[in-house]
Amino acid sequence: MSKHHISTTINGEPVEFLCDTAQTLLDVLRDELGLTGSKEGCGSGDCGACSVLVEGRLVCACLVLAAEVDRCAVETIEGVAQGNALHPLQQVFLNEAALQCGICTPGIIVAAKALLEKNPDPDEEEIRFWLAGNLCRCTGYDKIVRAVQQAALVMRSA
Amino acid sequence: MGRYPAGSPGWRDKVTGQANYGADFSLPGMITGRVLRSPHAHARIVSIDTTEAGKLAGVRAVVTAADFPDLPSEVVAGGESPVNYRYISCNAIARDKVLYEGHAVAAVAAISAGVAEQALKLIRVEYEVLPHVIDVRDAMRDDAPLLHDNLYTEGVDPKPTKPSNIAKRTEFLLGDPAAGFAESEIILERSYTTQPVHQGYIEPHACVASVAADGMTTVWSSSQGQFMVREFCAKLLKIADSDIRVLPAEIGGGFGGKTTVYLEPLAIALSRKSGRPVKMVMSREEVFKASGPTSGGVLQVKLGARRDGTLVAAECELAYQAGAFPGSPAIPGCMTAFACYDIPNARTVGYDVVSNRPKCAAYRAPGAPMAAFAVESALDELALELGMDPVELRLKNAAKEGTRALYGPKMPVIGFVETLEAARAHAHYNTPLKANQGRGIASGFWFNIGGQSSAAVHINEDGTAEVVTGNPDIGGSRASMAIMAAEVLGIDYAKVKPLIGDTASVGYCFLTGGSRVTFATGKAVVEAANDVVQQLRARAAKIWKCEVDEVIWKDGVAHPAQGQTDTRTQLSLAEIAASAARTGGPISGKASLNVGGAGPGFGTHLCDVEVDPETGRVTVLRYTVIQDVGRAIHPGYVEGQMQGGAAQGIGWALNEEYVYDDQGRLQNSGFLDYRMPVASDLPMIDAVLVEVPNPAHPFGVRGVGEVPIVPPLAAVANAVARASGVRVNDLPISPPRLLAALMK
Ligand code: FES
Ligand code: FES
Repeated sequence: MSKHHISTTINGEPVEFLCDTAQTLLDVLRDELGLTGSKEGCGSGDCGACSVLVEGRLVCACLVLAAEVDRCAVETIEGVAQGNALHPLQQVFLNEAALQCGICTPGIIVAAKALLEKNPDPDEEEIRFWLAGNLCRCTGYDKIVRAVQQAALVMRSA
Repeated sequence: MGRYPAGSPGWRDKVTGQANYGADFSLPGMITGRVLRSPHAHARIVSIDTTEAGKLAGVRAVVTAADFPDLPSEVVAGGESPVNYRYISCNAIARDKVLYEGHAVAAVAAISAGVAEQALKLIRVEYEVLPHVIDVRDAMRDDAPLLHDNLYTEGVDPKPTKPSNIAKRTEFLLGDPAAGFAESEIILERSYTTQPVHQGYIEPHACVASVAADGMTTVWSSSQGQFMVREFCAKLLKIADSDIRVLPAEIGGGFGGKTTVYLEPLAIALSRKSGRPVKMVMSREEVFKASGPTSGGVLQVKLGARRDGTLVAAECELAYQAGAFPGSPAIPGCMTAFACYDIPNARTVGYDVVSNRPKCAAYRAPGAPMAAFAVESALDELALELGMDPVELRLKNAAKEGTRALYGPKMPVIGFVETLEAARAHAHYNTPLKANQGRGIASGFWFNIGGQSSAAVHINEDGTAEVVTGNPDIGGSRASMAIMAAEVLGIDYAKVKPLIGDTASVGYCFLTGGSRVTFATGKAVVEAANDVVQQLRARAAKIWKCEVDEVIWKDGVAHPAQGQTDTRTQLSLAEIAASAARTGGPISGKASLNVGGAGPGFGTHLCDVEVDPETGRVTVLRYTVIQDVGRAIHPGYVEGQMQGGAAQGIGWALNEEYVYDDQGRLQNSGFLDYRMPVASDLPMIDAVLVEVPNPAHPFGVRGVGEVPIVPPLAAVANAVARASGVRVNDLPISPPRLLAALMK
């Protein structure tokens, strides 16, 4: 079986790769492209640790076939910081101890960033429902929700 | 001590995706390992034929139990509680029998995951299926299918002549419970059950192992202790400790569940056979079927009190599911059950029971939450019967300094009363409730431990420092290490880089568990930093040509001792560091300790729920965690421990359980059906830090990580009972179960 040749843009840079039909976007990001910031917590779309944006849409990379992203723009956690400058969400997550083990953090930051781009001033309930697909077993979500609210404030006043 | 400054080095990579967890590591030439698992809950392995699998192109190695030493059954100190290496070995790869669905039978390493999976299908295992037993009560019956032919109940007299699934009976006794009940004016007796629950770390188990031609073995793995991995693998594979080096990956959650090994010995055996580095990662299904969980239990509680609420006598009998091999936390269950209270006459009896489920692993305060669920629920009913405020009832009987605990010692300085008083004073406790709403309160205890720890503090030429310890940072402990070192050295936190060394680069550290790291390893850090301060003073003395005791160290600067009158100026740490080569060489301190004096931890939780009488659904409206933390080094991470523990406890109370079919096969081995709390299930969780310093730690630290999972089960259940008027004594209080109770 021959491989698919896929041309895509990842975090703003052109990327080409070969993949099998059965490989997921997450497999390719992690195993072929060395972008291990997206995590695999379940492989079934239930934990959100693999959250990425495809054409601006928030998806679980474990549920997307790699071949599907041909000619698409993909954004991952590795593209959230601008060089050494952290995104406000990243900075606030650190400042407010909104992570412990941190395995959920890349997915949550990608998801929260997508929320804030849609809605710069979400209330607690909107944040909780938006992030309901991102499991965190460490924090009880309290500090995560507060951090998203605070980052929203920082971004609005920037 | 303040908050750790923004964006400090050390764990910034956790927000950028650069942190390397267990599955993120790769080596040149690395191949992939996969595990063949039992489809049966209980079966004898008649034969395993791996010939065809071994012949498949791309397969580099196949291993079965025959590739591992057949270890004797003996209990030795290790891990978080005593361990039997035979059990760990037989759990990592089945020998003779499979004891649960998902039990590893063979492992394959191949050039790709696809080839490895194809090879698994070519392994022919002939099983003789045996009757199985899942439920702990069934497993205790005389006619139950036996998991181990040579398991005789320990702790009973006379020694039994027939094998049993009951591995051990343990009893703790204080005073005379029979006399205590005789003088009680009110006696309350209830039964409870809890379900096994998984630790639920989001990162599945993962490792890479590489065995060099000379036998030197290197392992990268995500665990709660690189030294534990080394110790366990050395024993299981009969390798010298010095021939294994374990490098800790970043750990994506553990909660006790990563205090043992599953994949590492298999990966080493596969690498040894193939000559290639081997990576192994569990799927989520494998995590559920073959790792963790903690025990479910069957508990009976009897309380005797006077009309004024004074507890006179108490008894608790509990049977905990160990899973396939002995080792449930029945003993800590017995020890913690009544530890919050001063009860003159008490007895607890515990049974450790095997059944055809995955071998249980530690989970945050192992054994305590189930016991607290029973005792704190019974206390709530007692308060209702006596017409007493539940906080008042607890205050009346609260353990204090000097209270004799059922498990032996007298309580040292503790802050339980302070948590109850803080609960009563909290706005939450006085918030009005509406229809179908109720408020629950419950308390909890955990010992916390100390143990062996090492730390090194290195001073760099530019005046910055590294603090190196051997404990994986599971919830922010790097920050605590850096803060404590900075405090002793008197320099800015941002100048101290906390690092976690591998087994060859830092002295031995017992694993991250028992809420010990900030306490015990923190104490080693403080001593190592003090060692550095001594050296800095000596260097200053040398420069000033005076005696060491004429130099004092304050705020990161050497000063002449008071009363010294001369023209010496001050010397900063950075200045001394810059001239180190001329004053005696590198400045580096270390400490290796066996730390005693861990301060017991107590917490009190308040929970408000609303019950939907139509559906039985419980919504948590308000939640407050109040805990004596000794002294919070990094308050944000301390609060995080409390909030996270509470959230796990809420899941345990309301939703989480294992569902088996009649063949003993797990039906809900994914996050969709094993329902852990998500963001929209929970409210904000207020964390109130009560600080009663632990005199045995230089900064007053007590362990904080485990206490917060002890009270929530009962706090939630008590709230549901008060909201609905119906008490559910069997967890989880899931909508169908509560609805059935409401309909009765
Ligand atoms: S790994 Fe994709 S949702 Fe869990
Ligand atoms: S911080 Fe560990 S899972 Fe979220």
